[in-house]
Amino acid sequence: MKQVYLDHNATTPTDPEVVRAMAPYYTEIYGNASSVHMFGQKARRAVEAAREQVANFLGAKDSQEIVFTSGGTESDNLAIRGIAYALRSKGNHIITSSIEHHAVETTCKALEKEGFKVTYIPVDKEGIVDLEALKGAITDKTILISIMWANNEMGTIEPIEEIAKVAKGKGVLFHTDAVQAVGKIPVNVEKVGIDLLSLSAHKFYGPNGIGALYIRKGTKIQKQMFGGHHEKNRRAGTENVPGIIGLAKACELAGQRMNDYGKDMTELRDRLWEGIRKNVPHVKMSGHPKERVPNTVNVSFEYLEGESIILNLDMEGVAVSTGSACTSGSLEPSHVLTAMGIDAQTAQGSIRFSLGKDNTKEDIDYVVSVLPDIIKRLRGLSPLYKEQ
Amino acid sequence: MSESSFGEYSEQVMEHFRNPRNVGVIKDASGTGHVGNPQCGDIMELYIKVENDTIVDAKFKTFGCGAAIATSSMVTELVKGKTIEETLKISNRAVAEALGGLPPIKMHCSLLAEQALKSAINDYLKKSGKPEIAVPKDDHHHK
Repeated sequence: MKQVYLDHNATTPTDPEVVRAMAPYYTEIYGNASSVHMFGQKARRAVEAAREQVANFLGAKDSQEIVFTSGGTESDNLAIRGIAYALRSKGNHIITSSIEHHAVETTCKALEKEGFKVTYIPVDKEGIVDLEALKGAITDKTILISIMWANNEMGTIEPIEEIAKVAKGKGVLFHTDAVQAVGKIPVNVEKVGIDLLSLSAHKFYGPNGIGALYIRKGTKIQKQMFGGHHEKNRRAGTENVPGIIGLAKACELAGQRMNDYGKDMTELRDRLWEGIRKNVPHVKMSGHPKERVPNTVNVSFEYLEGESIILNLDMEGVAVSTGSACTSGSLEPSHVLTAMGIDAQTAQGSIRFSLGKDNTKEDIDYVVSVLPDIIKRLRGLSPLYKEQ
Repeated sequence: MSESSFGEYSEQVMEHFRNPRNVGVIKDASGTGHVGNPQCGDIMELYIKVENDTIVDAKFKTFGCGAAIATSSMVTELVKGKTIEETLKISNRAVAEALGGLPPIKMHCSLLAEQALKSAINDYLKKSGKPEIAVPKDDHHHK
């Protein structure tokens, strides 16, 4: 059976070049990067060269602004909790959006229980953060704004430069969860004026279990992981040397491929949406039509619930996902779609197609060829679908 | 976003999901049950045809996940040929067990199937001037 993977926003395959770059750091250069002997120092040099590479890729001025973590979730936790507790004497107010990934959302919710105040800025029907509401929410107690660069479910790109300007104008630190942006679109912390940025390697052909947090030089942060003095005393734990090397390689490859990736993904994604739109009645695309990462399209199949579609596509060898109820463990529809004002029924039928660099036109055409029958069959089961 | 529980679905759930039995509407149904709402992600419509106190036919339409479709299909199979009294003994657990079990997070689907069945029976009882029975409540539908 043909297999088509269209769930790259969940994770990507690790690039073979990345795996090759990592391999010697398991078997040959295996020293602890904090050890003083030759074995350790070899690993240390590799880690610092990798840090330099990641910093360059993000447009950071100084490689020491990069802290390696275990991934996006830890980076988000370190950024938000780390700033909240470092600046607690200055204020207790944090601003975020209503469409953040759980890594940010639940971290903020936890801080609320610990006495912080959090404002969740609404988005419009295309998923773009309301800048006026953001400006209006800032008070003299506001210590941090955390708004994602690109949304994982929609692919919508937020007005990150404007948000950074607003934050800077008010003297508030700005963190962005850029997990879905890095590797897909150009990201430059200096150009935009970002204070903290989270990224995760496995979202762009790097390995699992490694990520980074960019922390602008001079930013006070309270460490969250206690132990040794690793990462300039900002994150304890023995460095994941192979992971760090893999992350740096993934950054290097993403940098080289960025232009082609953008062009190819846009073409395939539009081919997919056009194919769906022409062959399946009663479909809606969610998210911003232009301000969107090139690999993502979110489609709602009216009268249907997402999981039943995913199961059927899975039987045909096609892997996609949903932000909707049944998959998340809660039965509520996706908080992202709800925040965008999309009604519950449409939200329940929402499917995220996230493409990757190895997808082909044939893959897309295959998906378009199997979808109409699946949707027709499922609508035959749906009490909401009355048309014949 | 976390991932789904497909991997936890039993063979029987997948089989009923792939080939649901008794899909459709009974135009001259003796009783109809309509439960659930889109907010919770599932809606079930169950139709029964009763002759001489026995369910001679049952059909369903369901908006929902794989488990919701499979439990609807299973409940229609379980009730056919049974008397009303026998049918009232079918609990949500019995529906789940007949499917080889459900992932814990999907147990509410079996409760929804029981609710749909009891609502359909109530509708029939009401129409025939008989006293109605209690329909179980699913907590998550009242959040």
